[in-house]
Amino acid sequence: MRETPLSNCEREFILNFIAQQKRLDGRNAYDYRDLRIAFGVSLGCCHVELGKTRVLAQVSCEVGEPKQTRPHDGVLYVNVELSPMACPSFEQGRQSEEGIELSRLMERCLKESRCLDMESLCIVSGEKAWHVRVDIHVLNHEGNILDCASIAAISALAHFRRPDVSVHGEEITIHTLEDRNPVPLSLHHMPLLVSFAFFSQGKFMLVDPSSKEEKVMEGKMVVGMNKHRELCTLQVTGQMLLLKEQVLRCSSIALTKVTKITELIHEALDKDKQARLKGEKHGFAMLVSGDRVTANRLPTTEVKVDTLEISDEMERSQSSSEDGESQSGNEPMEEQIVATPKESAVEILTKGVGVIGEGGTSTWLDIPQADSKQTAAKKRKHKLEKMEEDEGSSEEEEKVILK
Amino acid sequence: MAAPIGRIVLPGDTFSFEQLQPPDEHKKILLGPGLREEKAEIKVLRPGILRFRKPAVYWIDCHHKRYIPAKGDSVIGIVNQKVGDIFRVDIGSSEQASLSYLSFEGSTKRNRPDVKVGDIVYSKLLVANKDMEPEIVCIDSYGRSSGMGVIRNGGFLFHTSLNLARKLLNPQCTLLKCLGNRFQFEISVGVNGRVWVKAGNDVQTIALVNSVIVSEFKDNDQIKEMCKRISKAVVRMEID
Repeated sequence: MRETPLSNCEREFILNFIAQQKRLDGRNAYDYRDLRIAFGVSLGCCHVELGKTRVLAQVSCEVGEPKQTRPHDGVLYVNVELSPMACPSFEQGRQSEEGIELSRLMERCLKESRCLDMESLCIVSGEKAWHVRVDIHVLNHEGNILDCASIAAISALAHFRRPDVSVHGEEITIHTLEDRNPVPLSLHHMPLLVSFAFFSQGKFMLVDPSSKEEKVMEGKMVVGMNKHRELCTLQVTGQMLLLKEQVLRCSSIALTKVTKITELIHEALDKDKQARLKGEKHGFAMLVSGDRVTANRLPTTEVKVDTLEISDEMERSQSSSEDGESQSGNEPMEEQIVATPKESAVEILTKGVGVIGEGGTSTWLDIPQADSKQTAAKKRKHKLEKMEEDEGSSEEEEKVILK
Repeated sequence: MAAPIGRIVLPGDTFSFEQLQPPDEHKKILLGPGLREEKAEIKVLRPGILRFRKPAVYWIDCHHKRYIPAKGDSVIGIVNQKVGDIFRVDIGSSEQASLSYLSFEGSTKRNRPDVKVGDIVYSKLLVANKDMEPEIVCIDSYGRSSGMGVIRNGGFLFHTSLNLARKLLNPQCTLLKCLGNRFQFEISVGVNGRVWVKAGNDVQTIALVNSVIVSEFKDNDQIKEMCKRISKAVVRMEID
């Protein structure tokens, strides 16, 4: 099916918005969307959600002949499936240009980085070796399939267990799962891909572009790294030229992201292992929430907020602004609005600006200088006079802050 | 047994004429979208809630995002191609609609309208049936544009479900009333689920877009609460 074309109005709006250093969903330039990693009941099955982009990776293995040129190594196959389920413009069967690029990048990330120890997959040199196959299915495409797919593939490889093999002279026994516990694959490191989108000839850069941002971007850079600061993949596409400093800056940003994501993967793997050991319920059934009508779910960002009006606003601008359901999570906090501020987890920096938790001052918003504080206060009063409902209560709260 | 008005029905459910007889004994029953008469019974075609309106109108309220063109609908389309004398416009249906360059107010063979590929047009469906490609026009039967035509000067276009678009077009829509009390904005809603919004500045526009998208599954009280909070947030962000 043909994809809906992007109108000029949307394109101009998004580019202007990015030039003002803002994003449609309220993220910062270097922020990833919410990442969720879940494992299935079968070993080697991993489902990753990056915002609304969803990817499922499944690892399987069988015994076969090793390659002629490499008789001591096993074989790794990587396959990326783009079906119309992910996006109506993807065609089943025929690989589009985008599909080929994705497959190639995933192959490079997993094979050329030598993350998987191929020699351990050899059973009998030159005759029998394990063929490991990673199938990556894209379930929903809302931008940045590549990052999501790399996380899913690595998590699935780390989660997978292959049957144990014992060799006695000429005899090879492949033990069944009941016979002996399956053995994990030996992963040396976890290479992950981080995508950067560039706009206006490289002037503005965003991490983890959403689907609209991807349609508008001029160029893309993919950096594959692991947490040990080793660069595994680097690819730049699009018609633009990048400066050396930009490439270096992107790789240092990629390092922080990769370290954080690797931690998340390990956490998820641990949780799954604990659940299996204790015999608790695990698998994809835990992902489905049974108490909601709609399948869509917007995560609530839990922020410990004080009862100041300011803190409500900072929290809103920190969590994404489209979370209607997260705003319903804010309701209990609003009811507590009291005229006097308590001792709080909110650090007041200047008038009208508060900070919750770590992070410090926002480097984007222009913090008003001393002389313009007066005009800012006047503007605020003027604007409040225009608002109709709930005038009494909000004005009172305002007066507290202005002191 | 009376028909289950207000209850969920599934495709394949059938009703007899007697079940659908309205209380005040009208002989004619009007079947709206989602219901079809087959031999001696009435079959349900879409999953959803069975609704009834006096005097004798029944229809199924179902949640869908894919637009099926119907004659007379006002839709927002995106111009995709210019082929000779017509524009190919994407309205969200399976076929692209055709828009002749003469279907604009004040356009003649010498005086062509200023429409580029990628522009958005607010238009009406002239021809829409399952056998032909749909045709749209930006002009009414008197030759006046009456608000239709190319939508210019910025703003933001987004896509919602058809149910939300119909809710917004309702004259008593709570969301638009509440937002209108707090913000100054222009909004254009197409029955094909496309909505165009423009407010004073970009931050307000995006706040409005997000509030519309999120209001789909909220009831009126929650919508009023949300509008209050959003307006406070936007005011703070602008002062900062």
